Amino acid sequence: MKLVIIDYGAGNIKSIQFAFKRLGVEAILSNNPEEIKSADKVIFPGVGEASSAMEKLKESGLNELITELKQPVLGICLGMQLLCNHTEEGNTKGLGVFDVNIKRFSNQVKVPQMGWNTIKNLKSELFAGIGNDDYMYLVHSYYAENSKEAIATTCYDVDYASALQRDNFYGVQFHPEKSSVAGERILKNFLAL
Amino acid sequence: MLTKRIIPCLDIKNGRTVKGVNFVNLIDAGDPVELAKQYAERGADELVFLDISATLEGRNTTLEMVLSVAEQVNIPFTVGGGISSIEDVDRLLKSGADKISINSSAVKRPDLINELSNKFGSQCVTVAIDAKQIEGEWIVHLAGGSIPTQWNLFDWAKEVERRGAGEILFTSMNNDGTKAGFANKALARLSESVNIPIIASGGAGTIQHFVDAFEMGKADAALAASVFHFGEIPILELKKELKQNNIAVRI
Repeated sequence: MKLVIIDYGAGNIKSIQFAFKRLGVEAILSNNPEEIKSADKVIFPGVGEASSAMEKLKESGLNELITELKQPVLGICLGMQLLCNHTEEGNTKGLGVFDVNIKRFSNQVKVPQMGWNTIKNLKSELFAGIGNDDYMYLVHSYYAENSKEAIATTCYDVDYASALQRDNFYGVQFHPEKSSVAGERILKNFLAL
Repeated sequence: MLTKRIIPCLDIKNGRTVKGVNFVNLIDAGDPVELAKQYAERGADELVFLDISATLEGRNTTLEMVLSVAEQVNIPFTVGGGISSIEDVDRLLKSGADKISINSSAVKRPDLINELSNKFGSQCVTVAIDAKQIEGEWIVHLAGGSIPTQWNLFDWAKEVERRGAGEILFTSMNNDGTKAGFANKALARLSESVNIPIIASGGAGTIQHFVDAFEMGKADAALAASVFHFGEIPILELKKELKQNNIAVRI
């Protein structure tokens, strides 16, 4: 199993690497196109502000490569959002893998959403063994609108897509690497896809 | 539904926990990594490490500890204490901390909040505020409550939100260490003043105090140290009681 975490300078990737290490898998951090292309599984992480993360991605020249990948790809948090069409954060155009737009939570709720919330309407093997009352850790101010590509939804302000899938592309808004035992199960499921 | 968070706080000096901790089956009560793992297993939602090391050497040891915690613990954690620059934060985040908290350095140079939230994102910037009620007014204090500032708690909270803080950790110096309950009135007012999450700190003594902090104080999370460290309030028991009071928690 060759697992590559795309390293384009956006966020806390060490935690993701450590989470896989706890599962017995040594993930490679890389921004090398050949290395990424030859992986069995790819993680596309991201933390921080969308427009600057997208800039970094373009600087590394990986924006086009990512959309062309054929192996299972898992976008996490901002990584998932950058796989979408567009985000209101910094009015940023995304990679367009998911036909979904990213919007900001309204001021009816505390922003960012910070903490543990449930995921529901689970529709993927990614969630094998995960129940509707399992909690995931989330920290975000922007959310993916509910769509046909949603494979999980979460309620905060609105019912939004907390996980998306199209073909070999998966995206999760929550941080499985920080979501205790349930999160580890999801990472394990991703490795088994 | 987003749940209320329960956060044990560990004081760290030179990479070791300092306040006494009384857990059964602990091989090394001074080992923050082992403690953090125990807390994660016992249902803590997050952890806060407060570095009280006085020397550079001590801080570097803490950095190693942060790396070990990130390696072994599967819940989020915040590191605070002595952080005053982008470089400090960069090192901590690269070592695997999820969030950092700044306190006096933010009061001394408020632009630091903007710089950190622009560079790393609001989601990892917690501003800790220590305040003391003096003649009815809540005044922000530095250095563990010994130095008063010009800032009123609620004005400062709005200021840190405007500058990009993702969360506020409010400690009432009047309540801290009393075990007589959180500063619920101030908490509730704080929660109405800003639109970012508030962590309540200072005064936890009983399970009811946590219920009050969430119901009366409208807090989003509650932090405590000794009641957890000495096993006076087991986290699972606390969460069950909160649930019985219709407060959403992760069990």
